[in-house]
Amino acid sequence: MLPDLGKYAVPVLAAYASMFVLLGGLILISFKRGKDSKKTLARLEEKRKKNV
Amino acid sequence: MSIWEFANPVRFMRLSGRLLPWFTGLTVLTLLPALYWGFFLTPDDARQGATVKIIYVHVPTAFLAINIYFMMFVTSLIWLIRRHHVSALAAKAAAPIGAVMTLIALITGAVWGQPMWGTWWVWDPRLTSFLIMFIFYIGYIALWAAIDEADKAADLTSILCMIGSVFAIVSRYAVNFWNQGLHQGTSAPLLRPGEETQVSAVFWQPLMLSIAGFFMLFLVLLLLRTRTEIRKRRITALRAREA
Repeated sequence: MLPDLGKYAVPVLAAYASMFVLLGGLILISFKRGKDSKKTLARLEEKRKKNV
Repeated sequence: MSIWEFANPVRFMRLSGRLLPWFTGLTVLTLLPALYWGFFLTPDDARQGATVKIIYVHVPTAFLAINIYFMMFVTSLIWLIRRHHVSALAAKAAAPIGAVMTLIALITGAVWGQPMWGTWWVWDPRLTSFLIMFIFYIGYIALWAAIDEADKAADLTSILCMIGSVFAIVSRYAVNFWNQGLHQGTSAPLLRPGEETQVSAVFWQPLMLSIAGFFMLFLVLLLLRTRTEIRKRRITALRAREA
């Protein structure tokens, strides 16, 4: 249940919403890129070992 | 053991891999309770009403926006002097985090300023220097993306970072330099003996926890993104050998 924000509900909720959207996006992108790079590197290292 | 040993990518990956789960846990244990405490459990301010709840987002992100730039300044300087690749990659990894923190601080500042000052934006020294710092963050990220050769990109972005650090310093001390503008002084001063905080304890305590939580989140994202950059560097090297 939300606290009573009175006439300031819009600015307060907008501030929190913008923070959650921007930080959430950054966190998701950072984890996804990390996961993708780990997978790609593992595949390339495996390929290199086979070729040696 | 010297700190410079962690400039070795293998040692850095090993240590950061061990630290990441702990830092992630600490972030969850500090940031979520801080935001819950600030949003749900603190009272309205006598003058600012419920808008005071924006402080738990605005102040930590503004604090990080300036300090991430300072961290980039230090790591860029290390790159220029000692040529440690991990330090250049750490600066590269930190820039998008700093840009997002600056953007959140600008947005939350505008939505807080509108009901309190009657305007979304003024060309106040602190606000203006913050906007310029955001532009430097974007320019820094764009410069890394524009140059293919990694060492050259690290050199040029480090120089750009040095120039932009002037605005990070101005953002921090603008109120003291000019003593004018709508923006108030710092909301979370360091306590010295005999001094009182400018913010009441009921707001100050969750604010300190929120700053700690956002700082932990920064550390998690920094380690994660630096590890990604190191892996990408290795991927590029392996692909070059294949070709």
